[in-house]
Amino acid sequence: MQKEIKKGNKNIIPAKSHITLKFNIEKVRKDFPILNQMVYNKPLVYLDNGATTQKPLVVIEGINRFHSTLNSSIHRGVHFLSEQATVEYEEARETVQKFLNAEHSHEIIFTSGTTGSINGVAYSFGEKYLNEGDEIILTEMEHHANIVPWQMVCERKKAKLKVLPFDDSGTLMIEKLNQLITEKTRMIAVVYVSNSLGTVNPVQEIIKKAHERAIPVLVDGAQAVQHLPIDVQQLDCDFFAFSGHKVYGPTGIGVLYAKEKWLDELPPFQGGGDMVDVVTFAKTTYNKLPFKFEAGTTNYIGAIGLNEALLYISELGIENIAAHEKELLSYATQKIENSGGITLYGKAKHKTSILSFLINGIHQYDAGMVLDKMGIAVRTGTHCTQPVMQHYHIDGTIRASIGLYNTREDIDLLCEGIERTKQMFL
Amino acid sequence: MTDTNKSLKEVQDEIIEEFRMYDDWMDRYNYLIELSKDLPLIDEKFKNNEYLINGCQSKVWLNAGFDESKGVIRLSADSDAIITKGIIALLIRVLSNRKPEEIMNADLYFIDEIGLRQNLSPTRSNGLLAMLKQIKLYALAYHSKMTKS
Repeated sequence: MQKEIKKGNKNIIPAKSHITLKFNIEKVRKDFPILNQMVYNKPLVYLDNGATTQKPLVVIEGINRFHSTLNSSIHRGVHFLSEQATVEYEEARETVQKFLNAEHSHEIIFTSGTTGSINGVAYSFGEKYLNEGDEIILTEMEHHANIVPWQMVCERKKAKLKVLPFDDSGTLMIEKLNQLITEKTRMIAVVYVSNSLGTVNPVQEIIKKAHERAIPVLVDGAQAVQHLPIDVQQLDCDFFAFSGHKVYGPTGIGVLYAKEKWLDELPPFQGGGDMVDVVTFAKTTYNKLPFKFEAGTTNYIGAIGLNEALLYISELGIENIAAHEKELLSYATQKIENSGGITLYGKAKHKTSILSFLINGIHQYDAGMVLDKMGIAVRTGTHCTQPVMQHYHIDGTIRASIGLYNTREDIDLLCEGIERTKQMFL
Repeated sequence: MTDTNKSLKEVQDEIIEEFRMYDDWMDRYNYLIELSKDLPLIDEKFKNNEYLINGCQSKVWLNAGFDESKGVIRLSADSDAIITKGIIALLIRVLSNRKPEEIMNADLYFIDEIGLRQNLSPTRSNGLLAMLKQIKLYALAYHSKMTKS
């Protein structure tokens, strides 16, 4: 069975596979000190992993070790600390390269997060390639971070946004893509995993279709990297963005992967120190990749933390994590649906880790308040995807999002919380 | 509703006393749910975008009318979320039927005392903080209108 899990074929994993998984959940939970606490005298049930994930000890201690022994500005000094710090920073880049299976380590740009990565691409790509009347295709389930930067550049360049819709199950209507693509389409930007519906989109198919018409594709991988094995060469995406803090790393660090040819062609999105070759008041030439895109003192502490996080989850095995989360999601979906009086949003065939729902007749904010006091951390509201809420004509949902350390007990406590909420308000 | 004979302090202390009976959060919420039911509904004509205070988490509709004969502001409000509505009921109990000046200078210490401060934090975005600000703005407006006339 282990062999089957390795292949990543999640359909053949039996329902109780969590017991036989490679990683021991009790042991794994001990790696996350924050989980072992009481809130309002109740054991913490953390189901807000879609917003941010908790950090394993290796990340916390790795950052501490770096601050305590190596802190120094990278790529600058000739001294010992600076050199060592630079080595570790560049090792982090190589870890990301391996994690995404990118061809070159200089295709990995450290940014502030997914939002920073997408804004950077939208700005630079827009400056170079967008003209009046050009079109960019997004999907209806994008996070605001993959809508607003494109809207901003479209306004500047008088270009147009076009939207690929999803159906009520939360599945992209991929068959409509062909009619949306025109000779004016310059970019397709698509979310890999929807943060409010959990849908895993067929990005590979979209990329293939786009490339047939020589259109580049940006993949928002913010909710994908922590749940699915990613291979950017196999996907053949042109750009891929993700955040450190959603993949068990620190906040303020993120990644932009881009194919070498794009990084060569695109202008830098920020100017400053380290990204330059020669600066005179007449002209500046830029540094080589990846430094051309990393202006100023980068968040090297964040990169060190991200390195630890990616090594940690690689050791657990992303396929094992995926299998564990898949089993939990199916357990949770079944249990919540059986409890009655619940409307589930996002019932796509390919889903991961996210349960978005409303308790019929109860405002999501009221439910969130009661769950909070039961020690259960969920998110309520629009989850930065207002168009998704507009699709269903609702103001928001309750979102429980599963991480690698969640257990069936967490789901059971969530369901108890839902029942308690019903008793209070209905 | 509000007994204007009682001072701001007296009403707030009364509320603090009421909440003292509930050590458990669920009991406090149950009490807020009860209070929400007592909140006289805002006149339907005010339940539109003009009177809407849009929070990201819950919506609040607020109307503040001025009773010229008594020189007091009369508040009515509603929300789509019940707990928000319960807290609104408390705010109205404290602040409605008071003179603009009194509302402008009101120190609402009861919110902290009964443990609801997080519900009026800027990050919560449930409309309550914006509602309080709006009430104070109404008070300021009516106050300057009064002093001018």
